[in-house]
Amino acid sequence: MLDWQASFSILAKQGVLLYIMRGVLFTLVISVCAVVVSIFIGSLLGLMRNYCTGRSRPLKWLATGYIELFRNTPLLFWLFICLVFCPVPGFFTHRMLGLTSVEVRVLFRAFVALVLFESSIMAEIIRGGLNSVANGQFEAGHSQGFNTVQVLWYIVLPQAYRAVVPTLLSQVISTIKDSSYLANVAVIELMSRVRQILATSNMYNGAGTQLVSDVFVLFGMAFMIYFAINFSLSCAVRSLQNPKPGNSSCRVQAAK
Amino acid sequence: MLRASSFYQEGEKLKMAELLSPQAWGKVWTYRSTFLMGFGNTLETAIFGLLLALALGLFFGLLATSGKKPLMAVARVYVEFFQNTPIVLQMCFLYYVLAFSGSKVSIIFTGIISLGIYTGAYMAEVVRAGIQAVPKGQFEAAASQGFGYVETMYYIIFPQSLKIILPPMVNQAVNLFKNTSCLYIVGGADLISLTYSFVTGASTGGAYAPAYLVCGAMFFVVCFPLSTLASAWENNLKRRDVRSAAVVRRLEQEVS
Repeated sequence: MLDWQASFSILAKQGVLLYIMRGVLFTLVISVCAVVVSIFIGSLLGLMRNYCTGRSRPLKWLATGYIELFRNTPLLFWLFICLVFCPVPGFFTHRMLGLTSVEVRVLFRAFVALVLFESSIMAEIIRGGLNSVANGQFEAGHSQGFNTVQVLWYIVLPQAYRAVVPTLLSQVISTIKDSSYLANVAVIELMSRVRQILATSNMYNGAGTQLVSDVFVLFGMAFMIYFAINFSLSCAVRSLQNPKPGNSSCRVQAAK
Repeated sequence: MLRASSFYQEGEKLKMAELLSPQAWGKVWTYRSTFLMGFGNTLETAIFGLLLALALGLFFGLLATSGKKPLMAVARVYVEFFQNTPIVLQMCFLYYVLAFSGSKVSIIFTGIISLGIYTGAYMAEVVRAGIQAVPKGQFEAAASQGFGYVETMYYIIFPQSLKIILPPMVNQAVNLFKNTSCLYIVGGADLISLTYSFVTGASTGGAYAPAYLVCGAMFFVVCFPLSTLASAWENNLKRRDVRSAAVVRRLEQEVS
């Protein structure tokens, strides 16, 4: 059953490695885009939940409802819902990036689901940063004649973001891992592509049948790729949290 | 092309309208046992997975704080490997290895094992941080009173670290419950998978909106109270014990 040579020969077949590497690229692009968009939405939600009091209180309730709703239901749930209900703008109904028009449409919908889900988590992370900014900062800002928006933009938000840089970075790891949920609905990113190759491995390994070693080779490679990306990120998180003296990029953190 | 996209739009409107259609709700009510069975399977997977995760977390958490280099390295490798690769991939790997090597596998069993091991890595980090937050003097005092390792841990260390350990652990339990949706990729019978096969099934098909609403509500009623409890606990700790709260916050940063 275990025939390592046959299984490794899958990777040498024309186009297989390229196919998987394009999947890696998609995983990275999807995750980075999702993180950037959801940091933006998450910031808005976090600000609304924290500072919308008085007359604008409905906004606070809205943000709270959104955050709690998406935080307490699984990503796959939103993926399925977006696949059915999310409208797709005309721009995303064409072939692009080497995907068919159907795949592009699915990719857009899945991306929306990923952003909806991640932005609720980002909102909570950024709220944690906002809460860590002392109240005196507001008073000091107001005493200098800043209005609330100016205080938030120039004084509070920069401090809040700086406080949560490590958390945001570890959320990037989570997003890369979460992007593998897309394998449930489309063959675009790493996880789904490896699974796709495995499903037809009998055509590639020359044995005419699927081998257990195929699973080890193909999934082992996926494990290594995910691990390499995420482990280097988590090392970065750790070095931000425990800055070494003399490491200038970390000095800001240390001085805090 | 135009016709295709307008067909899509119409489809979405139709599916939205189901939300108010008594017929669609009637269909969901007729098949209520499907949803209850899915909920039961999800709950079963989550509970047994949680037990496994707690056992593994305790074991590897103790290894990580044992002070012996080889044991700490083992714990480190376990935590890093399982935290930095996606649960979807881990579950698929376990399932395919078992299936391809010809053993009869229960999908629920696969889910329990892989979710337990995955969440166990997070639990181990929580336990490690909880133990390390207890001042060193406590260990020395226990040793000076002639306490052995087990007695020290049981009577002195754990009661003190419990308040730090509990909130993040509850959060991890919530994540575990949401992650049972991974079972879909190996054809599981959890709540999400059954909902999906309900809305796409030939004899049951349709009723998208009510079915997803029911499914989401079932996740929400379990996860929302738990995650609210965890954050209330944490806020309470923040008021009463600033030092422990700092450990909890740092922990959430690391394992979010």
